[in-house]
Amino acid sequence: MRLGCWCVLLLLFVSVASAGRDVDSGSNDTGRNPAPEDSHHQTNSTHHKKAFPVLSFNFDHVRKPFEISLWILLALLMKLGFHIIPRVSHVVPESCLLIVVGLLVGGIIKAFDEDAPVQMLDSKFFFLYLLPPIILDAGYFLPMRPFTENLGTILVFAVVGTLWNAFFIGLTMYGVCQIEAVKLGRVDLLSCLLFGSIVSAVDPVAVLAVFEEIHINELLHILVFGESLLNDAVTVVLYHLFTEFSHKGTVTVADAFLGVVSFFVVSLGGILIGAIYGIIGAFTSRFTSHSRVIEPLFVFLYSYMAYLSAEVFHLSGIMSLIACGVVMRPYVEANISHKSYTTIKYFLKMWSSVSETLIFIFLGVSTVAQPHPWNWTFVVVTVVVCFVSRVLGVVSLTYIINKFRIVKLTKKDQFIVAYGGLRGAIAFSLGFLLPDNEMKQLFLTAIITVIFYTVFVQGMTIRPLVELLAVKKKKESKGSINEEIHTQFLDHLLTGIEDICGHYGHHHWKDKLNRFNKAYVKKWLITGERSTEPQLISFYNKMEMKQAMMLVESGSAAKLPTIMTPVSMQNIQPKEPLKRRAIPSISKSREQEIRKMLRGNLQKTRQRLRSYSRHDLMVDPFEEDVSEVRLRKQRVEMERRMSHYLTVPANRQETPPVRKVAFESEHQVYTYDDSESPKGRRAQTNPRPPDEVHLLSESSTRTNQRATPADEQDDQLKLSRCLSDPGPKKDDDES
Amino acid sequence: MGALQSAPAQPEYRDLADKTGFSYEQIGVLHKRFKQLSHNEPTLRRDHFSAIPDLACNPIRAQIIEAFFDRRNYRQNNEGKVEEISFEEFLVVMSHFRPPSMNMTDEQRESIRKEKLRFLFNMHDTDNDGTITLQEYRHVVEELLSRSGALGKETAKSIADAAMLEVASISMGHMEPDEFYEGITFEHFLKLLKGFEIESKMNIRFLNMDTTTLCK
Repeated sequence: MRLGCWCVLLLLFVSVASAGRDVDSGSNDTGRNPAPEDSHHQTNSTHHKKAFPVLSFNFDHVRKPFEISLWILLALLMKLGFHIIPRVSHVVPESCLLIVVGLLVGGIIKAFDEDAPVQMLDSKFFFLYLLPPIILDAGYFLPMRPFTENLGTILVFAVVGTLWNAFFIGLTMYGVCQIEAVKLGRVDLLSCLLFGSIVSAVDPVAVLAVFEEIHINELLHILVFGESLLNDAVTVVLYHLFTEFSHKGTVTVADAFLGVVSFFVVSLGGILIGAIYGIIGAFTSRFTSHSRVIEPLFVFLYSYMAYLSAEVFHLSGIMSLIACGVVMRPYVEANISHKSYTTIKYFLKMWSSVSETLIFIFLGVSTVAQPHPWNWTFVVVTVVVCFVSRVLGVVSLTYIINKFRIVKLTKKDQFIVAYGGLRGAIAFSLGFLLPDNEMKQLFLTAIITVIFYTVFVQGMTIRPLVELLAVKKKKESKGSINEEIHTQFLDHLLTGIEDICGHYGHHHWKDKLNRFNKAYVKKWLITGERSTEPQLISFYNKMEMKQAMMLVESGSAAKLPTIMTPVSMQNIQPKEPLKRRAIPSISKSREQEIRKMLRGNLQKTRQRLRSYSRHDLMVDPFEEDVSEVRLRKQRVEMERRMSHYLTVPANRQETPPVRKVAFESEHQVYTYDDSESPKGRRAQTNPRPPDEVHLLSESSTRTNQRATPADEQDDQLKLSRCLSDPGPKKDDDES
Repeated sequence: MGALQSAPAQPEYRDLADKTGFSYEQIGVLHKRFKQLSHNEPTLRRDHFSAIPDLACNPIRAQIIEAFFDRRNYRQNNEGKVEEISFEEFLVVMSHFRPPSMNMTDEQRESIRKEKLRFLFNMHDTDNDGTITLQEYRHVVEELLSRSGALGKETAKSIADAAMLEVASISMGHMEPDEFYEGITFEHFLKLLKGFEIESKMNIRFLNMDTTTLCK
């Protein structure tokens, strides 16, 4: 039944697409010959008076955006659809399914309209629009710690490995072509080398798509993924090199030397451009405190400009994009609001997801569109040689690398790295850019076959292999404050030990860079007081914020928030018997009163109306940003408040803001505010979001009621007895 | 740098190599460094360590130096502090930072993990009582934040408290309101840092060749 829906969808789409094309050609005709027909029309009009067109059809007007949107919609519906059929999506990676869909759609379009140009994966479109979001998403969220720790290994794989692959494949294919039986004697060495260089590069899109689903451990993920990102420089250089050479015809030593030089120029130049744009972006974000809405745009645009600028000079756009994201990120994140951070994250994920889906579908469609001169020997040998060269390359390089690594790569790791070398759409697009000669179609066929082989066969089998070999999976990271403390502690410890040993190793330089960063760079690029905030504190603040939000969100949910652990501060504080407060018992009726009161207040706040303006962000207490200083103070205050909730000391030296809730005999609640603390003042000015959780407490001696975050469960109150005093309460809206 | 000392006799190195697992070249390099630090005296004292200029900007400098003089790190199950250490003890402490070799069984890996975590534990547990109390943990966090010109002791306290809460909830599960969590014992510490993969993180590269040292 579901399959039926899909088929209907596909058919619908295809018919619209081809109908669009017909109408387009039709309306073009009428558009093109108005003049000679004018007289005809006039005579016609005298004969038939045309009625006023109530409903007219003018598809040409919106054709292009309509088709684009339809394609994207189709891609996303497919993506949705896969998860409805759980069995299939568990076995087959999404990328394969998308390619199959592309094949189907392409086949159907071709069947409808034999000579319809179904060339979707236009190289320009691919490189300028489809690829950058994926790379930016990858680069911006690149986990820096494992990346820098393994940078040497990644570079060796990316540069040396790709070079080895390119030459091995090229030379082998040339050798194969020389064999009489293959009938491909016209292929010259340079074309083969060009072919080798195109098909040798591991593709980041395919790697991402497949590895995302298998959740292997961080080290392997970053090795394969980092390699796929950094080999772009090599690919660019080799590609241009061999294209130039095949034009010129002869190669001299000077040319080869220039090739090596150009490699450094391409990669370092790309990184430099990216870094410059990154710094400018970070600097810009320093001043965006008054226009939070456009903050994410700066990140996107600066990164895209970095990519385009690098492409202008034929430098490596991918490396530029990654450098920009990596450089920008720590400073931008310190400057922008929490909402902008979320926006950036989700937009990047969204765009990259759409791009990835489109790429795979178009790959499928374009496969159908090509004529495929099929030469069994060539294609099969290509596939085999690719695999062999990858394995050989990885094994021999690992042997050398392991001499320099502290944590060696095991055989299992090597296998996964070799097996994860997937080829993808970049190879296809590069092949498409080849000059039109007789070999182009054959090369394209071979490239497509390799791509299909790696994505389908290797992509599908890697998951069971990972299970079979019991490769370590990604550990669930829960953001533990202890681990963060110990990470920092270890950093300093290892730096100290290196200093004692007397050799300047990895940690020493990292420490020096950090200190330089803190002393000079951060002052320039981060606003206000955040520039001096140490990392441990930012981490702690982030965690507290997260927990606070969880608390707020779950205020109306049924389940208990996880921070309400059964262990509380009074369990770990040293006992001070004098200050221990007796937990009083409340009568049942009082309990009911309290609960009803809380419930009433909660509902009341929800009904508050707000005036709506499209350009305003809702002001919410987490980031009221009238001034930076206030924001910082508020953050600290907020963190203190939250930490009080978690970690209230038994002794109350710091007076919490006093907002007393006194219960009279009736159901009236008097609240009086007798504090001059800034919290009291702020209470009047802060509008609260409707589902704000109230933490009420008071310190009066009379009625020692305790209230918990408004939660409508009965055992909530019981649990509150086990918890310590919630501490200073949040302001409520009864001001 | 001093006169070229004749390398200690091979049997001496062999003992040390067996005990600590370093190679002869590494021991030679470290011996050279030891002599450099101690100005050719046979023992190192705390002020020799304090004289290392690079160490001056390290926030946990005091604890690192103390770790060298802590008998618990000499693998002889002693306790207490000493005032000066010989090359052998220097080497034993350094050996805690050796990476695990490739072909180790899981048990060996596990014991190396325990050893490294024990080293860390000893660094935190300054009063030798076998538990890390809240005070000691607070001290750790304060030291970490000390060089950073932080927002003061308040934040350090909150962070340490939150961390302690986390340990308690991981190790003890549920606790009654009047139970008291004494402190982090070594078992709890192990449990806490179970996912931390310390055997791959707490390593430095010991060189086989002598690189000219620029720090005095």
